[in-house]
Amino acid sequence: MTTTMKAPTTGITNTLTANRLPKWAPVAAFAASLAVVWGAMTILQATAGGEANLAVVVVVALVLFNVLLFVLSYLIEGARQARNRFVTSLVYTAFGLALLPLISLVVTVVGDGTKRFDLQYFTESMRNVVGEGGGALHAITGTLLITGLATLISVPVGLLTSIYLVEYGRGALARSITFFVDVMTGIPSIVAGLFAFAFFSLILNDPGIRFGLGGSVALSLLMIPVVVRSSEEMLKIVPNELREASYALGVPKWLTILKVVLPTSIAGITTGITLAIARVIGETAPLLLIAGFATSMNYDLFAERMMTLPVFVYTQYANPGTEVQVYLDRAWAGALTLVLIVMALNLIARLIAKIFSPKFGR
Amino acid sequence: MTTAPPAPRAKMRPADRVFSGSTMGAGILILVALAAVALFLIIQSIPALTADPSTLEGAPASFWAYVAPLAFGTVWAAAIALLIAFPVSIGIALFISHYAPRRIAQGLGYVIDLLAAVPSVVFGLWGIKVLAPALTPLYEWLTGNLGWLPFFAGDASATGRTVLTVAVVLAVMIIPIITALTREIFLQTPTLHQEAAVALGATRLEMIQMAVLPFGRAGIISASMLGLGRALGETMVVAMVLSPAIVINFVLTGSSNPSTIAGNIALKFPDSYGVGVNTLIATGLILFVITLVINSVARYIINRRKAFSGAN
Repeated sequence: MTTTMKAPTTGITNTLTANRLPKWAPVAAFAASLAVVWGAMTILQATAGGEANLAVVVVVALVLFNVLLFVLSYLIEGARQARNRFVTSLVYTAFGLALLPLISLVVTVVGDGTKRFDLQYFTESMRNVVGEGGGALHAITGTLLITGLATLISVPVGLLTSIYLVEYGRGALARSITFFVDVMTGIPSIVAGLFAFAFFSLILNDPGIRFGLGGSVALSLLMIPVVVRSSEEMLKIVPNELREASYALGVPKWLTILKVVLPTSIAGITTGITLAIARVIGETAPLLLIAGFATSMNYDLFAERMMTLPVFVYTQYANPGTEVQVYLDRAWAGALTLVLIVMALNLIARLIAKIFSPKFGR
Repeated sequence: MTTAPPAPRAKMRPADRVFSGSTMGAGILILVALAAVALFLIIQSIPALTADPSTLEGAPASFWAYVAPLAFGTVWAAAIALLIAFPVSIGIALFISHYAPRRIAQGLGYVIDLLAAVPSVVFGLWGIKVLAPALTPLYEWLTGNLGWLPFFAGDASATGRTVLTVAVVLAVMIIPIITALTREIFLQTPTLHQEAAVALGATRLEMIQMAVLPFGRAGIISASMLGLGRALGETMVVAMVLSPAIVINFVLTGSSNPSTIAGNIALKFPDSYGVGVNTLIATGLILFVITLVINSVARYIINRRKAFSGAN
């Protein structure tokens, strides 16, 4: 046995930085695994034929990357760090995974929707249209009328209920209202439509009833809980000092609420209402049942079938004529219009919240 | 001994009575509306329950034999959707609350919320025109290589209009719901717990395991139940994407798929008349009861947690 000289120690190793992968390790590992998979795919393609699929390459590369990083980290950093790195990359992957459908959706809706996104689409109905041409004016009008009436029903009921819950409600009644409003947010939209149908067909004794008012009632059922919840939150954050100052000046409670509490929270309440409208304006199922579908204009909420934009999209897809593509283009244009309306409402809501909300303190 | 004077009470003016009365009336109206939903659905269901089963669509042995495959399909599709959405949502929520750089985390949260704003009919159109064709090669691979599993038995659907496609779209729709709720709960985790874990040398994963997840467990459960409730009631995606059949089977990739209650109503209702309408309303009543139970349990868990949490 030879005697080995011990290497001269130059100093104390820092235990906090020793045994650590460098910062660029994950990036390098991913690039390496991508290159390996790409190379393997190309060779496989050259020898066995077939086509390289980008999705498959990325997925296999991701798997390889995770294995590679886990093994590297396990050998150098230990089991705990290796597990930490593994879960970190899983979490990042989950987020990337959720972006995929969003990007794909936006690309398709914009790409296919702009084909028929023209003047004719917004100025004509589908009356006597078979095949090409036609538009969604009747559907857009119907959507605006039905959603407008639903808003007119939901806002007073929802706002008054939230005032009751925040300012007056104590005890069992308030608690049960809170609970059932929460439960109501979970009612499937189609059940709301069935209820509107069951109610009006029984009351008006018409077994095949279809009209706009029923659609508004069904939408209100979905909208009221959203309005109640958001207004409640907004009323709750009005500082109590404002109310007390008002009472101290001898102002009655109802005037305090109307003149002090509501103006303070009006921006937040408006935001909540706008978001509630955005939520129900895309509802399809209840309107399919109770408002029905039509090809002509109908301005009367109380009689006859009324077309709405979501139902228009559905029927254009579901009942195409002989020229399927023409109907599909109209459906995509409708989808684009719907998405634009919803996005605009969301944007307006955020703007209202930003511009008009009262500024507290500094 | 002198008795204390009674506490002064605010004077009730007529306007006060009118105003408080109308707010209470609005609250009661909501309870009445919910009761009316149940009442009118029950009234309109009775003809279907009492009718001769042979007059129902497809002449089943009884009304329950008609509903069973639909109820199965509803629960089956929603359960797969939840199975897909749950891990992804928890991952996204953790990403936004604990992994993403602070500065962009809120913006990323908005991006996920955008998914929730897309109308369901647009998701349906996307599912049938984009997702279904994209998934068809995967289904062929699954049936070819994993055909021995009961889930992938038989031939793959050529159109991609299968339960699995529907479940994927449903998962995309409920991911923002579960994410939004769990994210808020993760953000409420007491900072001291997290710092204590890190100070003891825990890695980020261990900190999350020890501090964040135990704190948020009730919230995670109720958030996924709310997501499940949404998936159970979702109509248009099923009506547009699925190629339906009245069957009970567990095959995910075949061309014979169990339909759901909501999807069945949307497809059949416009052309139904007489007792057919009542049958569909009766199935809707069953859907209403299922979602009501699930949502009530979820809300109960949330409310119970609120009372005992130290976060507020």
